[in-house]
Amino acid sequence: MKRRNFLRSSVGAGLAAGAYMSFGRYGKALAGTPLPAGANYDLVAVMGGEPAAMFDMGIQALGGMGTFVGKGQKVLVKPNIGWDVVPDKGANTNPALVRRIIEHCYRAGAKEVYVFDNTCDNWIKCYKNSGVEQAVKDAGGKIVPGNSESYYQEVTIPNGKKLTKTKVHELVLSSDVFINVPVLKHHSSAMMTGALKNMMGVIWDRGYWHRNNLNQCIADYALYTKKPTLNVMDAYNVMMRNGPRGVSKEDLSNMKSLMISTDWVAIDAAGAKMMGKEPSSIEHIALAAGMGIGKMDLSTMNIHRMKM
Amino acid sequence: MSMKSSALKHIRTVFSALVLLLFAFLFIDFRGILGEKTFGPILYLQFAPSLLKFVVAGVATATGFIVVIILTLLTGRTYCSFICPLGILQDGISRAGGLFKRRFRRYGYKKPYTVLRYFILVLTAGILLLGGVYVLTILDPYSTFGRFMTYFAKPAVLFVNNLLAALLGKFDIYTLYRVDIKPYELAAYFIPTAFLLLIGFLAFRYGRLYCNTVCPVGTFLGLLSKFSLFRIRFDEDKCTRCGRCAMACKSSCIDFLNKHVDVSRCVSCFNCIDSCKDDAMSYGPVRLKRKTGKESDTDATRRSFITGSLVLLAGGTQLVRAQNTTVPSPTKDSTVKEDRLYPVSPPGSIGIASFTSRCTACNLCVTACPTNVIQPSVSEYGFAGIMQPRMDFHTGFCNYECNRCTDVCPTGAIMPLMIEAKKLTQLGKAVFIKDNCIVNTEKTACGACSEHCPTKACHMVPFEGNLLIPEVKDDICIGCGACEYACPTKPYKAIFVDGNPIHEAALMPETKELESLPSDFPF
Repeated sequence: MKRRNFLRSSVGAGLAAGAYMSFGRYGKALAGTPLPAGANYDLVAVMGGEPAAMFDMGIQALGGMGTFVGKGQKVLVKPNIGWDVVPDKGANTNPALVRRIIEHCYRAGAKEVYVFDNTCDNWIKCYKNSGVEQAVKDAGGKIVPGNSESYYQEVTIPNGKKLTKTKVHELVLSSDVFINVPVLKHHSSAMMTGALKNMMGVIWDRGYWHRNNLNQCIADYALYTKKPTLNVMDAYNVMMRNGPRGVSKEDLSNMKSLMISTDWVAIDAAGAKMMGKEPSSIEHIALAAGMGIGKMDLSTMNIHRMKM
Repeated sequence: MSMKSSALKHIRTVFSALVLLLFAFLFIDFRGILGEKTFGPILYLQFAPSLLKFVVAGVATATGFIVVIILTLLTGRTYCSFICPLGILQDGISRAGGLFKRRFRRYGYKKPYTVLRYFILVLTAGILLLGGVYVLTILDPYSTFGRFMTYFAKPAVLFVNNLLAALLGKFDIYTLYRVDIKPYELAAYFIPTAFLLLIGFLAFRYGRLYCNTVCPVGTFLGLLSKFSLFRIRFDEDKCTRCGRCAMACKSSCIDFLNKHVDVSRCVSCFNCIDSCKDDAMSYGPVRLKRKTGKESDTDATRRSFITGSLVLLAGGTQLVRAQNTTVPSPTKDSTVKEDRLYPVSPPGSIGIASFTSRCTACNLCVTACPTNVIQPSVSEYGFAGIMQPRMDFHTGFCNYECNRCTDVCPTGAIMPLMIEAKKLTQLGKAVFIKDNCIVNTEKTACGACSEHCPTKACHMVPFEGNLLIPEVKDDICIGCGACEYACPTKPYKAIFVDGNPIHEAALMPETKELESLPSDFPF
């Protein structure tokens, strides 16, 4: 509590001063200065910085976190914490990024920020060794378990072709704002994992998806009414093969990139491109685009590109 | 030098209560609060595990049983009152028995079941000498206690935890989290349930009757304590033969009319000293003068020992052979059911034969395993191996970065394995059943197996159209079972791990450099 209050009260002053020093001209925006109008981008892409700094830059291009998070709101931040590996293996979302996103949420007036994942490896080890648990605590957020079926409630998916109902974590239902923070990776099942695929960590029975046309289920879930308010894709260390768990650091490409979008199909399309793949070749992206969930044609989008 | 103070009893009560709590916590600690390195010192003195570890597994530092032998020769069966968690648990139960009906606490002197107790001891020791651990598995008090905690106490604690966690969750507090209670296979409950009822009943009604009749460790230490230096003594001048000591004796071993204590059954609980109003009971060095007429005890002992040994030599060999041959009996089903030739024994267990000859099924690894992959077996190792743990990849898979089980085993059935070595220890090999695989039967993408594989021994290769299908590289597979656990097919899995009868070394997963990527946005 103390830490959070400290953050809240010091963010205005502290970040203004501190961020100005570290990020030069972008510091001003972080301190809450209104942005120039016309920040109506389909996608914001940042390259060349550290994850937290890239987020600072990217989010201001979209008008700051205040655009998405209102005062007193309950926010769910959903990173990928699926694997019991250390941060520099690139299998989980970068903890520094998670921390910075939570800090932005509180600064925008969020009442509480929650983080969880239905992990693949043992959840306690994943939370701890990914560095995400500590990052959440450092930012004053709440890390919440997702290990028991009793945390999940059944919902219906309107117009789902293969997936008509599934059990989702209660926090997805109870939060006002939902920020999806996938890490971009190669994936042995879905070819690529990004924003759409990251939803397999908010539901309980992944086996059902695997049994019933995995890619269709991933696309179908995107029809569910509770969609992410914002998607932030961590492409700092991108696992190019042996995903989603990775075998060694040789699997990683240090792309030092980050994308932000409200359109999760668009951000996945950009992710596919980053990995050298055509978005249409990733079945679940193509299916989701075809179902009108979002856009995957990057050439028609208003993309804001930034290099640090 | 002798001690008469009732402080002895109170020290014993407090000490043993702490020991009981510690051991209960060891088995119930579902949050893994106790570090792996604390297990060794806590378990060091447990007699049967230490003996096995020293003699069978050849671990020279497992000297706890020697300490216990020396302790017994000096002080009598203090082990049973101070160190044995099952003994202390029984004291708790008999205390509860006393609360219900006072007459239960009035034990009184009873004759020992001499033949039965020495027969059980000889049977256990004899089978053990012939290489079979299964009698000890069933009767070892520490392991019995471990099973009580693992099978019954832990689920009860989890139940309460889950209620509290749900309640706190309503107030947005997540310091407690829910843990799904997953029962073991039903048949694994048979022996623990039977013993819970037996020991519970005997302790409730008769105090330490189980310890002095069934428990082979109790009987063995009872033999030793016939030579112990310190023991309970009568001051014949002060004793008024009121009988309070006999009524207070949980072991029913005080023949107050003859002013005699059967030291082989006395567990040095000091209740008699506390009960004596005449200051006639004390605990001190043995006096050499001995009454005649009480030697028949020893004779009976010897006789039954010899008889038992002969019986064993005849029948024991057969039993041992039976265990060894039935361990990994190959099943010959020709369906797409997983055709597992061998069960998978935990990492650090070296191999099935080594593991099954050392494990007393205390189930500490079962309860300490953070992923629940270690489960008590039923018939996988043969029926003699019932409750000995195996890797069950339907309940979990072995976490790549974890070696907790290898640090907790007190008998040497699972030997310590450093994490880097564990990552290269092949417990078994994954076997792919194409006819069960979603990719083949449904023609849709899956790959859950490969997704979970930490070494990518299970990797995806081109199949029909754009589809990819799993393939297994044996030499880098470590048999962790992540693929089998993740495989979504029902009822039979499309990939499973067949155990290695003796664990093998896996090769390191290969790595190669990535081709460099453009330093600009590709869109």
